[in-house]
Amino acid sequence: MNVAVKPAAAGNDSANAPEVMLDIRNVSLSFGGVHAIKDVSFNINKGEIRAIIGPNGAGKTSMLNVINGFYHPQVGEITFKGETRAQMRPYVAATQGIARTFQNVALFRGMSTLDNIMSGRTLKMHRNFFWQMLRFGPAMQEEVEHRERVEEIIDFLEIQHIRRTPVGRLPYGLQKRVELARALAMEPELLLLDEPMAGMNLEEKEDMSRFILDVNDQFGTTIALIEHDMGVVMDLSTRVVVLDHGEKIADGTPAEVSSNQDVIDAYLGVAH
Amino acid sequence: MTAEARDASVHDTIPKLLLRNAKIRGARPAMREKDLGIWQTWSWAETLEEIRDLALGLRVLGLKRGDRVAIVGDNRPRLYWAICSAQSLGAIPVPVYQDSVAEEMGYVLDHAGVKFAVVENQEQVDKLLEIRETYKNLKEIVFDEERGLQNYDVDGVRSYATVQQLGRDSGVGEDVWRSEIAKGKAEDTAIILYTSGTTGRPKGVVLTQGACVWAADTAEKFDNLTEKEEVIAYLPMAWVGDHVFSYAQSYVSGYCVNCPESPETIIVDRREVGTTYAFAPPRIYENLITQTTVAMEDASAIKKKMFEYFLGVAREYGEDILNGKSVPLMARVKYWLGNFMVYGPLKNRYGLSKVRIGYTAGEAIGPEIFKYYRALGINLKQLYGQTEAAVYITGQPDGEIYADTVGTPMGGVEIKIADSGEVMYRSPGIFTEYYKNKEATRDTKTADGWVHSGDAGFIDDNGHLKIIDRAKDVGHLNDGTLFPPKYIENKLKFFPNIKEAVAFGDGRDEVTAFINIDLTSVGSWAERNNVVYASYQELAGHADVYKMIEEHVDAVNRELSREERVAGAQISRFLILHKELDPDDGEITRTAKVRRSLVNERYAVLIDALYDPSRKRQKIKTEVTFEDGRRGDIEGDVEIRDMKLHAIDRASFKEAAE
Repeated sequence: MNVAVKPAAAGNDSANAPEVMLDIRNVSLSFGGVHAIKDVSFNINKGEIRAIIGPNGAGKTSMLNVINGFYHPQVGEITFKGETRAQMRPYVAATQGIARTFQNVALFRGMSTLDNIMSGRTLKMHRNFFWQMLRFGPAMQEEVEHRERVEEIIDFLEIQHIRRTPVGRLPYGLQKRVELARALAMEPELLLLDEPMAGMNLEEKEDMSRFILDVNDQFGTTIALIEHDMGVVMDLSTRVVVLDHGEKIADGTPAEVSSNQDVIDAYLGVAH
Repeated sequence: MTAEARDASVHDTIPKLLLRNAKIRGARPAMREKDLGIWQTWSWAETLEEIRDLALGLRVLGLKRGDRVAIVGDNRPRLYWAICSAQSLGAIPVPVYQDSVAEEMGYVLDHAGVKFAVVENQEQVDKLLEIRETYKNLKEIVFDEERGLQNYDVDGVRSYATVQQLGRDSGVGEDVWRSEIAKGKAEDTAIILYTSGTTGRPKGVVLTQGACVWAADTAEKFDNLTEKEEVIAYLPMAWVGDHVFSYAQSYVSGYCVNCPESPETIIVDRREVGTTYAFAPPRIYENLITQTTVAMEDASAIKKKMFEYFLGVAREYGEDILNGKSVPLMARVKYWLGNFMVYGPLKNRYGLSKVRIGYTAGEAIGPEIFKYYRALGINLKQLYGQTEAAVYITGQPDGEIYADTVGTPMGGVEIKIADSGEVMYRSPGIFTEYYKNKEATRDTKTADGWVHSGDAGFIDDNGHLKIIDRAKDVGHLNDGTLFPPKYIENKLKFFPNIKEAVAFGDGRDEVTAFINIDLTSVGSWAERNNVVYASYQELAGHADVYKMIEEHVDAVNRELSREERVAGAQISRFLILHKELDPDDGEITRTAKVRRSLVNERYAVLIDALYDPSRKRQKIKTEVTFEDGRRGDIEGDVEIRDMKLHAIDRASFKEAAE
């Protein structure tokens, strides 16, 4: 086994060491006898776009699930914004500023785009359930404030025309965009994107890439993304970590990773 | 509106009209834009401030009288203000089609000698920076939407707000700006509009302030426009129609122009605004009907019945009611009921409930489509115009509407038909010249001010102009039969399933045609009939689709056989193209007109096959350009269908003539 150890924390220029937002150390996760993740360590710097790649079943989605607290690793520790944790629930992860999208779109299909995105603001609403039901006074004022933020996101992702459309009626590419919008509505510090471009055509992919770059650029959101399209990964990401069979086989800039022999072997197979 | 009358000799330029509007109706809305889901309004007084600040800012950056300023982007208030800002300093705005690729845009910018550009967003800034690498004259780029541009540290790229701030900080007072406006004259060049041109490079049509003001003034009188009209601006700013309807007319009549939230939200936005004065090419009206037809196919049986019944009532009496003719009482009751149950909600859906006058122009509209809207009680009228005429040549006066003519000359326009059959016109609105193209100017405009329209037509018995086709496109079959390609193509295109058609026949023995199916309409049909397809190409080649199109072509042939002049020009063979004709490939213009020469060249193999009776299929490979400029190939194996022609009943023409 060959773990390409890169002095990642030191970053590319040591003079100006980037701030580490999320540090994953020696994490292992298994389901019964299946080892999904085996002793993986890497970190995510503040403000970067970090890609997680690997062949099918490499443990990429499991990794995301570990980061946002859905899975609890048996071994290892995770430090988010300087706070080390053993176990965390997704709710806590969300309140701490981690938002995500899913590989298979997970929206409220019967609700409109607007309502779906508003649901992303739930954690930021302070009035209780009964006030919300009244939609009056402070609750109304709160709703207006949140709506304003949501409208900015709608404008940002250019989905004004589907504001009132039930999400179930939208084409796949747009549903993906709505899901991103909902994640953005949480104003996350760390955004986890699970295959944001799966099943999209070239044009939709280009749009999505532009949105991801803009989110990173405009809001300063740190992004971790899983993606299969290597062209996209190379263009978007600052650094790439490569998983194979639950193990980390490479970590570095897109150029370094793409010339790494282990990565090439993992993707293309090795001649026997 | 009874405020002090407008004096054409004083208010002879658009910037002067701005000052006038700010003075006499300062509090009335001049412009609205939907932003973050809410309509924002600018009054005439606020509009003046916005325009003044930008103008003074541009002045600081070195904009001088006579300089050309490119305007690139969707319809945004700030871009309209930029036009007025430039004009107020005596500079010349040059709106450019925002979706043209860098190379096309570069040509126009270079040809017009543009020094400044005011653009909408990052996409356009990137395009212009690419152009600036080869075309060095472009000094300053000013952008409206800041998104994605915060970190651009490039010389001569600034935000709109920064430039306005420059203007405010310059210490130059409003009086200086006002004195610049006062220097403006009616003979000054107001704008250069590049026509997309079906042949060769685009030409820059130079219009004076006088021409623009004349055009707006004429329309105001023709349709009694007031400051209370509401207009929605969504057609390309580089198109003369938009320039007059959404810009010049607004300054002259003082009405409010509304900018939609995004190009996709127009129908909703139009409904919210309640437009009273509308202007659109036939394509827009066709699309609305196509959408309705598609939606009705999916509706329940009761709704379908109701829709069909009341539409029948509307077709029978709607037009007469609209024209104020007398109809039986029972018909009125039925129409009233229909209005309540069907027409009203439908008009509301289209966002046309409040439309007082709607115009269609730019292309011929199908009589069926035209009558459909009039039957619903929408006062849709036809207009014949050209960029070279500052739009207006003829228009249909209220109460004198014939589906197949384009009306009578509008105020101050003279018309004559040349011996060749070409329509010629003269008016105070005609263009000065084609920019830097003396030869083309000479070919189009005679010494005594008559303009060759390039369209063949005649004046019919009731004095209305009827346009047949582009003069140069009208041809003859080998047996001498008249062959007006567009006339035939339009008949085909009036079927919702057919999006585009190209007819061939000049100098041939018979007429043949290419067909593009309409993916919305045929796609919905496929869904309902369980036809599975993976691509446009596959659907286009489907046997059932061919059968459907064959029926349409047959119907067109039957119609043609009943018209004396074109009865011999029935379509004998056709094929459905394996790809859509696309402006990115240059096959149709940005305003969706077919470029015949290019199509002839690119699809020569298919045309040859159409005229070779032994061929039943033909393979073809065509190059396509993707939106980002990359190229690829599409290969197809296209089926060719023979048609049975309808017998021509010469006797019936004689009867009709007697």
